[in-house]
Amino acid sequence: MSGPGVDAGSERQAATALRSRNLLGIADLLPEEITLILDTAEAMKEIGSRSIKKVPALRGKTVVNLFFEPSTRTRTSFEIAEKRLSADTLSIAIASSSVVKGETLVDTVLNLEAMNPDMIVMRHASSGAGHLLSRICRSAIINAGDGMHEHPTQALLDAFTIREHKKRLAGLKVAIIGDLLHSRVLRSNVHLLTKMGADVWVCGPPTLIPTEIARFGVRATSQVNEAVADADVVMLLRIQLERMEGAFFPSLREYFSVFGMTEARLKYAKPDVMIMHPGPMNRGVEIASEVADGPYSVILEQVSNGVAVRMAVLYLLAGGTEHETAA
Amino acid sequence: MAVVMDADRIGRTLTRIAHEIVERNRGVDDLAIVGVRTRGVHLARRLARSLREITGHDIPTGALDITLYRDDLMRHAVGPQPLVRRTEIPFSIDDRKILLVDDVLYTGRTTRAALDALIDFGRPRSIQLIVLVDRGHRELPIKADYVGKNLPTSAEESVQVYLQETDDRDEVVLQGGAA
Repeated sequence: MSGPGVDAGSERQAATALRSRNLLGIADLLPEEITLILDTAEAMKEIGSRSIKKVPALRGKTVVNLFFEPSTRTRTSFEIAEKRLSADTLSIAIASSSVVKGETLVDTVLNLEAMNPDMIVMRHASSGAGHLLSRICRSAIINAGDGMHEHPTQALLDAFTIREHKKRLAGLKVAIIGDLLHSRVLRSNVHLLTKMGADVWVCGPPTLIPTEIARFGVRATSQVNEAVADADVVMLLRIQLERMEGAFFPSLREYFSVFGMTEARLKYAKPDVMIMHPGPMNRGVEIASEVADGPYSVILEQVSNGVAVRMAVLYLLAGGTEHETAA
Repeated sequence: MAVVMDADRIGRTLTRIAHEIVERNRGVDDLAIVGVRTRGVHLARRLARSLREITGHDIPTGALDITLYRDDLMRHAVGPQPLVRRTEIPFSIDDRKILLVDDVLYTGRTTRAALDALIDFGRPRSIQLIVLVDRGHRELPIKADYVGKNLPTSAEESVQVYLQETDDRDEVVLQGGAA
C-alpha cells in the first residue's frame, strides 16, 4: 500500500459541499469546491483497490448515461464509477435510440425523466446542451463533454493525477499543446488550472489557437520549445480531424514535425516532467510513441484516476437533489 | 459541562484494555486493529503501542471510514454530503481476529456501518468491539467487548472525546442538553 496520508496534497481549504446540484463546467466551480472533489476522489480511489470494489452509498439511485457522441473511455469510466457506488445505471447509445427517428434532445430527455432517474450523465455535440437540460430537468445533470465547451470530469481527473505526483497545482508550469480550437478538454483545464494557481501555457498552430485565449489568464505561443521549457506538466491534445471544416495546417506529417512531442523536445522540460493525454491518442501526430510509452507518461494513470474522480462527483451531487442551483 | 475522563484516566484505561485484550485472546497472534475515523484511529494506534510494550509484537493497524456505509446517507433530500475520507487497511483481514475501535458507543449505527464495511474487506475469524465510552441508548442489538467507561447519559446530553492527535488535549466531556 502506498500513497500519502489523508490530508496530503490539499493546498487549499476544501469546501464542505458543492453549491450546485449539477456539474456543467469547471467555470462554475470555486477553488474550494475543486479541492473538495479532489480530496473526496482520494478516498474513492482506495475502493478501486479492494477485492470487493463496491460501497452502498448510491443504493437505490438511478443514473442514466446518455451519450450522443461516441465514447469508450468516458462512458466506461462513468459506468464503473456508478456501479462501484451501487447505483442502478443504464447507458443509452444514440445509434439505438429514438433520436435516429427524429426525436429532439428535449423530448428524449423529458421521456427519460418521466421514468424518474436521479442523475443524467450526458455527452452531446452541441456546446451548452447540459445547460439546456439543467433548466428543464429535475435530475442532476453531469456534463460528460458538450461540443467545444467543457469536459469537467476530464479536467478534474487531470488535476487529480497532477496533484498525486506533484502534491500541488499552484505554481506549476503546465504546457497544453495541440488542437486548442476544438478542445473542450482545453477549456475545462484552463479554467481549473488557472483557478488553482498554475502557470498555464497553450501551444499550437496559429490557426488552432482560439482568439482572445489570453483573456483566460494563459500564455499562448506557437513555439513548442517555449511552451515546453521548464514545464512540470506537458499535456497533449488530440488533433480532432472530425471537427475540422477546412485546412488548419498543411498535413499531419508537417504537424508532427513542428508540434509533435518527441524525446528531443522533452529535454527542455523539467527532469521530472509528466506527460499527459486525455485520449484517444494519435500516435505519430501529436505524440511520438516513444513519449506516449515512455517513463514520464502518466496517460494510463489518468484513465484509472478517472473512475475515482467520477465517483467523487457522483457522490457529492447525489445528496442535494432539492438543492438550489447556484446562480 | 463536566469532564468525565482526564488524560491520566484515559491513559490508564487504554493500558487496562490492552491487558484485557492479551488476556482474552491468550496473546496477540492473528490480531489486527482497525479504528473508525477519526478518533477511533487515534485510539487504535495507542492500543497498538500499548500492545507492543506489553508483548513485544507489532499488531497491524488500519483506519476505516464508514461514511459510504451510513444508514442515513441520501435520506435527507437537502443538504451537503458528509465528507468521505480514506480507508486504509493495508493487510488482509481474512482469518484474523479484528479489534474494532471507536471512541463513543451510542445508538450502535456507526458500529453497524463499520461491520458492513469490514465484511467487504474479507472474512475475519472474529470481530471484537472496543470503545472508550459506552453512553447507552442503543437502537441496534450491538454490544461492546471492551469498554473504557460506562457513562449513563440522557438523550439530550452529548459526549465529546478530545484526543491530543487532533484536539491538543486528552479529555472526555459530558455536555448537558438542558443545563
